[in-house]
Amino acid sequence: MDPRLVTAALVVIGVPAVIVGYIYGTELVLRRASEKLRSRARPWLWLLPALLFLFAFLVWPTILTIARSFQGKLAGTFVGLDNYTWFFTSPDALLAVRNSALWVVLLTLFTVGIGLIVAVLVDRVRYESIAKSIIFVPLAISMTAASVIWRFMFEYQSKGHPQTGTLDGIVTFLGFNPISWLQIDTLALNTILLIIVMTWMWTGFAMVIISAALKGISPELLEAARVDGATEWQVFQGIVFPLLLPTIAVVSTTIVITALKAFDIVYVMTGGNFGTDVVASQMIKESFTFNQFGRGSALAVILLIAIVPVMLVNINRFRAQEAIR
Amino acid sequence: MTAANAIERPVAVAVEPRRRGPLLRRVALHGTLIGLMIIWLLPTIGLFVNSFRSSEAISSSGWWTALFPPTGLTLDSYAKVLNSTDIGSGFVNSLFITIPATIIPIFVAAFAAYAFSWMNFPFRNGLFVLVVGLLVVPLQTTFIPILQTYGKLGIAGDFLSVWLAHTGYGLPFAIYLLRNFMGSLPREIFESAYIDGASPVTAFFRLALPLSIPAIAALAIFQFLFVWNDLLVAFIYIGAVRPENLPMTVQIANLVNQFGAGFELLGPAAFISMALPLVVFFSLQRYFVRGITGGAVKG
Repeated sequence: MDPRLVTAALVVIGVPAVIVGYIYGTELVLRRASEKLRSRARPWLWLLPALLFLFAFLVWPTILTIARSFQGKLAGTFVGLDNYTWFFTSPDALLAVRNSALWVVLLTLFTVGIGLIVAVLVDRVRYESIAKSIIFVPLAISMTAASVIWRFMFEYQSKGHPQTGTLDGIVTFLGFNPISWLQIDTLALNTILLIIVMTWMWTGFAMVIISAALKGISPELLEAARVDGATEWQVFQGIVFPLLLPTIAVVSTTIVITALKAFDIVYVMTGGNFGTDVVASQMIKESFTFNQFGRGSALAVILLIAIVPVMLVNINRFRAQEAIR
Repeated sequence: MTAANAIERPVAVAVEPRRRGPLLRRVALHGTLIGLMIIWLLPTIGLFVNSFRSSEAISSSGWWTALFPPTGLTLDSYAKVLNSTDIGSGFVNSLFITIPATIIPIFVAAFAAYAFSWMNFPFRNGLFVLVVGLLVVPLQTTFIPILQTYGKLGIAGDFLSVWLAHTGYGLPFAIYLLRNFMGSLPREIFESAYIDGASPVTAFFRLALPLSIPAIAALAIFQFLFVWNDLLVAFIYIGAVRPENLPMTVQIANLVNQFGAGFELLGPAAFISMALPLVVFFSLQRYFVRGITGGAVKG
């Protein structure tokens, strides 16, 4: 038998057994303790496995990475802010920043915009569920699979050859020259095309959440406005949209984070070539292709700093939710 | 089950007669929606058709030429993918990686979520705010130190390295989701259980866990999809060290980057890798949607 199968079976059964055993074990020990000590110690014992994992895989590595960003290619060589100076003076890095900014702005606009339109329109047709499913499905597949799917959209054959890409098939059918879509970085065209792939994946996310919020708006309220003579557009603009704004804000924060972390699509579709690198993909390149761990760490820290505002928004929203619980 | 059915409509609302707007408006409405549906389906249809064509056909004509009438369609590429060692073993590796990496964090998170919901201890809120903050930490900030630790421990490239990493990375969302659900269970049932002399362990296994099945199902689906679809974590921790352990996503990404040879295998490989997520998605869509609408801020 495959030895890996044995290991996997051991892990699947063993780890939960160990964790459950641990909880029972602590309970046995706690029974001997005083009532006061018991209720004080128990929460921490229950939290311990989770806290260990969080510390070992998120907190401590982040601290080490921040420290590493002030060191050179070799660990232990303190270089001050050199990695950050390099970052803000290297044309490649600045291009990656521009691209990441484009990702954040355009992906949010596209997904929330289309998601809102679909959510509002789909409410009025009979094929609502099938339309929603079609838009929603890409969220379940991997970015790698999405990249493969879209490769055949953007595929390019030089003029005179039969076109194999869907877009160039349409373009040449209309009588124009084929376009090498992913190689054109004029006006960041190729980056925008990569963002469209991600839009294809994530619009369903925005749509589902906005649609759920839309169904929560009281129909009587809308009907009252219509009876008073408001047009559909006035109803949307004056009532529906303002009521949806908090939901749109929640969706946007998630999309912003997704955009900042986008790596897979860039890596699979262009490998960061033709000026499509983003901060997340450049971090991987500097660290694991060029072994520039200092610079890679600095890039990771910059990514983290960019995400901190979103983190604070999340925490504030969480606090507000807790306050009304 | 479909996405729309999954979102529960308010029950008491009477179904009003649909407003029939002027013709122009109806054309615009259906035109926009059907147009979007076609745009959303077209890329997948193209790859789907190409996945049944030979490599010569794919590189010499567009997928649409094979449709009317259907010509030169074959299952050869699927057979080749399933028999070729790289992608075939990638599928098995993906399973080996995903199943433990889905189960372990659920168990670890469930106890922590219960402690956050129904136990009193100092710094409870502060600690939970930290978990909410960790939700969005980019994985990139953790790769270099963890990879070095793995190197020292000698487990770089092993399945164990990604099981542990995915557990750590999945925990903030897992704790967040379960705690929100467990915390909203009625307080009275726990109080009466304690009055009857139940210990927290009993209350957890007999009450909190069974009542939280919907949230656990949503979490399991998310973690499953997240790990199955992951490219980056496997790429970093297994990467070049033990290529024979790489999951499908990385194998496919490698195939994309080697031009020429095996180009016709991309389509079938992508569809095989999508099969499991799509089955999970369509059979458990209700939980999937509930997980998303019920507090998805995972980055």
